[in-house]
Amino acid sequence: MLTISLKIEFAGGLELLFSNQRSHRISIPSNPASTPNEPPKRADITYLIHWLKDNLLKERVELFIENGTVRPGILVLVNDTDWELEGEGSYELMDGDEIVFISTLHGG
Amino acid sequence: MPPKLCALCNTSRPILKRPKTGQQICKSCFFLVFETEVHNTITESQLFQSGDRVAIGASGGKDSTVLAHIMKTLNDRYNYGLDLFLLSIDEGITGYRDDSLETVKQNQKEYNLPLKILSYSELYGWTMDDIVAQVGRKNNCTFCGVFRRQALDRGAAMLGVDHIVTGHNADDVAETVLMNIMRGDIARLGRCTAICTQGEDTIKRSKPFKYTYEKEIVMYAYFKKLTYFSTECIYSPDAYRGHARTFLKDLEAARPSAIIDIIHSGEAFEIRDEVKRGQKLQQTCKRCGYMSSNDLCKACTLLEGLERGMANAGITDKGVKQLNAAGPTPDNLRTIPFFQMNTVGNSGPSPSPNPWPLDSGPSG
Repeated sequence: MLTISLKIEFAGGLELLFSNQRSHRISIPSNPASTPNEPPKRADITYLIHWLKDNLLKERVELFIENGTVRPGILVLVNDTDWELEGEGSYELMDGDEIVFISTLHGG
Repeated sequence: MPPKLCALCNTSRPILKRPKTGQQICKSCFFLVFETEVHNTITESQLFQSGDRVAIGASGGKDSTVLAHIMKTLNDRYNYGLDLFLLSIDEGITGYRDDSLETVKQNQKEYNLPLKILSYSELYGWTMDDIVAQVGRKNNCTFCGVFRRQALDRGAAMLGVDHIVTGHNADDVAETVLMNIMRGDIARLGRCTAICTQGEDTIKRSKPFKYTYEKEIVMYAYFKKLTYFSTECIYSPDAYRGHARTFLKDLEAARPSAIIDIIHSGEAFEIRDEVKRGQKLQQTCKRCGYMSSNDLCKACTLLEGLERGMANAGITDKGVKQLNAAGPTPDNLRTIPFFQMNTVGNSGPSPSPNPWPLDSGPSG
């Protein structure tokens, strides 16, 4: 199975859910099968969010995921660009991408 | 498809979609509009006059860290002529505030601003750790909110400043509007959107980030590589505010202008005169001299409850009656030092009256 390597960062308090570690290097399948009836498609950020939940998240899943995407109030950057400019969850990941998740919900 | 260009300069690649306008803008335009909008808020509201001494309420969190950076930047860029200070309150929460104060000390060095730290234990004789040990985790936020508000004013008086700026942002203000509506707190609803507030003889407070979205504050800190402290208070957050916040974030996800729209709604509310007449007049606390709507201010009432071993008595009117029924206040009771303003001079806009506590937002 082909894989892609990514650099993941958590900030703004989110790192507390991920072993209190800010920076992670991971490898994920590049063309994961979605459902048995569908052909495999390129891994996108929605897939990555679920992969992180299943493989890296240590506690309190409800503070990370809500309704199949990141909880409102979590900012996502793709290679230092707001994911809202990159198609959000449907952005297709490429080898070497750097994805940053920042919580805005922690104390001012 | 050719890559889209920045909506403002039309030359660089955009890195951010602005929640307020939907514009896609590049990094340098983002820095410029972010800073310029705060500057415009400050000048349009005439918050300061040259020579003012201004304390930045600094918690080490994202909002106050960015605020310290912005105040320093704008003061230099536009020659506001302000004397800036950092003012931090140490609530005495082991493993939380002691860590975040390290961040503030870092800011102090970076921006070369004088720092004053005032602790609850110094002012009240009780740390939040002590208070939680006494009252448990249900009402501790009430103590912390009331004590912090007064501590900020007292810290400011010690610094001799005439103005405190806090990092409350647009999301905080919108959240407070919602909470005041849901609680039916008409008095606070009327004033929680004011950019500048002031009690009878306390120090002015303003929120230069009143129209600044939290998303942009966090993005600004990220792109400027400003380090801030982001751990939730270990004594669990204010649950009611938490619900308001979640609701607001859901609204924002569906329609980003919701935040600014709610602030505008809050500003547009008009309180009928007969409702206003029902509100208590401000006076000064007979024991400590701080502004109050009763003979004793809330902080003195809460402190008396703690000192007399009836910690929860200060929280409700019923509790206060029980406290009074339990006998007169002992003579040797620990009290808060008498509040005296040692500042001179006054400036800026005519502020609206602002009795405490917690008129807008969490700790700040």
